[in-house]
Amino acid sequence: MSETVIQTRRLSKAFGRGEGLVRAVDEVDLAVCTGETVAVMGPSGCGKSTLLHMLGGLERPSAGEIVLAGNRLDQMGERALARLRRTAIGFVFQAFHLIDELTARENVELPALLAGRSPRTAKGQAADLLERVGLADRATFLPAALSGGQRQRVAIARALSNDPLVVLADEPTGNLDSAATLEVLRLFDRLHEAGQTLVIVTHDPRVAATADRLISMRDGAFVDETRMTGGTRGNLGALAGLEG
Amino acid sequence: MGRLLLICRLAVGDVRHRPTSAVLLVLAIVTAATTLTLGLALAGTSNQPYQQTRALTAGPDVVADTGPGLGPPGATGGPPANVPALTALTHASGVVAHSGPYPYTFATLLTDGHEAAAQVEGRDQAAAPVDQPKLTQGRWVRPGEVVLERSFADELGVGAGSQVTLNGRSFRVAGVAVTAASDLSNPQICFSRCDLTISELGNPGLVWTTRADAVSLATAAEPLSYTLNLKLADPADASAYANAYYSTSASAPGLEPWESIAWGTGSQIRSEQFLLLIGSWLLGLLAVASVAVLVGGRMAEQTRRVGLLKAVGSTPGLIAVVLLAEHLVLAVVAAAVGLLIGWLVAPLLTSPGAALLGSAGAPPVTVTTIAIVVGVALAVAAVATLVPAIRAARTSTVGALADSARPPRRRARVIAVSARLPVPLLFGLRVAARRPRRVVLNTLSIAVSVSGIVAVLMVHAHFDAAARANAGLASPQDGRLSQVVTVISVALVVLAAVNVILLTWATVLDARRTSALARALGATPQQVAAGLSAAQVLPALVGALLGIPGGIGLIAAVNRDGKHMTLPPLWWLVATVLGTVAAVAAITVVPAWLGTRRPAGEVLQSELA
Repeated sequence: MSETVIQTRRLSKAFGRGEGLVRAVDEVDLAVCTGETVAVMGPSGCGKSTLLHMLGGLERPSAGEIVLAGNRLDQMGERALARLRRTAIGFVFQAFHLIDELTARENVELPALLAGRSPRTAKGQAADLLERVGLADRATFLPAALSGGQRQRVAIARALSNDPLVVLADEPTGNLDSAATLEVLRLFDRLHEAGQTLVIVTHDPRVAATADRLISMRDGAFVDETRMTGGTRGNLGALAGLEG
Repeated sequence: MGRLLLICRLAVGDVRHRPTSAVLLVLAIVTAATTLTLGLALAGTSNQPYQQTRALTAGPDVVADTGPGLGPPGATGGPPANVPALTALTHASGVVAHSGPYPYTFATLLTDGHEAAAQVEGRDQAAAPVDQPKLTQGRWVRPGEVVLERSFADELGVGAGSQVTLNGRSFRVAGVAVTAASDLSNPQICFSRCDLTISELGNPGLVWTTRADAVSLATAAEPLSYTLNLKLADPADASAYANAYYSTSASAPGLEPWESIAWGTGSQIRSEQFLLLIGSWLLGLLAVASVAVLVGGRMAEQTRRVGLLKAVGSTPGLIAVVLLAEHLVLAVVAAAVGLLIGWLVAPLLTSPGAALLGSAGAPPVTVTTIAIVVGVALAVAAVATLVPAIRAARTSTVGALADSARPPRRRARVIAVSARLPVPLLFGLRVAARRPRRVVLNTLSIAVSVSGIVAVLMVHAHFDAAARANAGLASPQDGRLSQVVTVISVALVVLAAVNVILLTWATVLDARRTSALARALGATPQQVAAGLSAAQVLPALVGALLGIPGGIGLIAAVNRDGKHMTLPPLWWLVATVLGTVAAVAAITVVPAWLGTRRPAGEVLQSELA
């Protein structure tokens, strides 16, 4: 039996008040196990990103509980949340959010440096991660000199920098063309095979099709959940509809 | 006409849209314009108070003076004063009236623990036809009574009815008066622990007694001298008269025309003008920094509008004119406000002091002054606006419409070095390195302020050294000049603080995505806020260190004779650097902290919008 990494109970997030109150996330219960890939799918504005930000401690819930590796995120102070983000969480964003003036390797080094690792260790680790994502030969390139898919692979390498318990990906293929989407999905597939826990928020059914479990979300609430028993092994491109 | 209307409409619309930055921009230029107006206006101050005093006291056109000659070395007395030579001057051609010769000597005046040197002049009880001091309190001298010159009385804190001692003899103060026959308007007073000789007591104050009392106060060490006041048929001939009767003979009288006395009474205003002009240039430089930061921020916000204007057919030239016009109009408004404030404040500085009657009134704000102030204000705005305006005009239409941020600079060495530093310094150094021009602006802004502060410290050190040399004596002029330099230094510090806040806020806004990302990757809000603060503190440290030679160089440049070159104690300079760094750290904390208040997820999400 796999261990539960993330668990939420009646998790809610509301913006505004009175008549302008918007329930972005409405009493959501979620459990993600170690090594599992969970896709949360839904139309724009349904609360997917807000949910992901709360799971990563980037936003505070209005109500409910979030437990990550036994820690109550909703009760933690900013300093403790920051420590948890350094050690247990890796983020991948739709807009990549690479720092423009840093090379690919320097971007990947950043979380390790923030975690207090020595520059030598951070550099070695970044080189390994770039090798893992197939960008060893692009280590000294600035983001502007990389393609969209390459940028997102750098962002994924950065998310893996501190060996996180869970990688939270927010529309990771939202800004990518089909070829780049396939590159990223292959990378996620390899991470999944290596036992990395992944929570992917997306509105792209091709991405959702690669997950172990698909949760549909609408108006801030979970409306459906499907276990994908076929998995993604072997024929990812075809499964995602990106190859013939 | 259509273009002009468009330029006006866009400029007015932008000011209404961003009133705070427009007000800050105007304030920065107003500060510099006011100081410059003061400095320039004081240059044109007429010596009206001296003329009024001269008229009310029947002031002399020439004052002649003779004292005892020098005796052989070691002897206490030399040949007596050459009074016949003095008297002969009354028969010279062009002299129409005279008073004196009056005997005078120097004595030690003591009152209420305060000690000062006094020039005690023996006068007749009847009014003199030339130089009859104008009483502002009490009555004229009688035996056993004295009348004190007003600036001396004010500095000692005595008035009619007080008691003073001269060489140990008690006198009642009968009155207080002013004269145009002497520029002894800066007496030095010893306020505590005084046991000084007359020569150690420094600048004397003026005291009138009866002739008999003055004669009785003379000693072997301070024998009698004599002074004679002459009225000429034509006061304009005073200098020519003094030159004609000038002699190098030791026994010949000294002659001082009224113009020379008037010049002496104006020394305070000249010193103030000198300090204000230095201050105005420093404040002008700081205003350039302030305006550059504000304009840079406004330009960044206008990128999309520039794109729109280009898309509908505006030429790069028109875009640059639109952006320039707004700031130039604001500069003209600021110059007008600065001129008005300067004109209103100037009379406070042109107050002639207690030594003279009347007031200088508002100094004239001439066409030249207006032209210089408006010109400097326009130059400040143009220098700060030109580069961003041209850059905005050259931006590609598509890029401007996309409102993409200006790409930051990569500094590989800084990135490598910062990797070895603690997180706040790592973050701060990298944030600072992204915008090198802003770092230079910050460094220069602090360097200019610290230069001003060091210059002020040197002036204070000069006063202190002079006071020590004069055994702790104080004078009214030193007090007023000290106030002027303090006001200038406060203005410098305030404008520098405004600059630091503006620069910090610009950095916070520019680095909001990087800050949010750092937090998403595990940096604490405290680390990010400390990093944003460090991005200002590091250039401030460099600026503070540069400011020390800057301040010394400033004083050296304006005092080529080395007259006011007194280096402050080392600990003052160290404290200035440390204090500057601490102050910058303190005032950047709030904007840096505010910059981390918004949830990181929200900031990163908004980048997609």
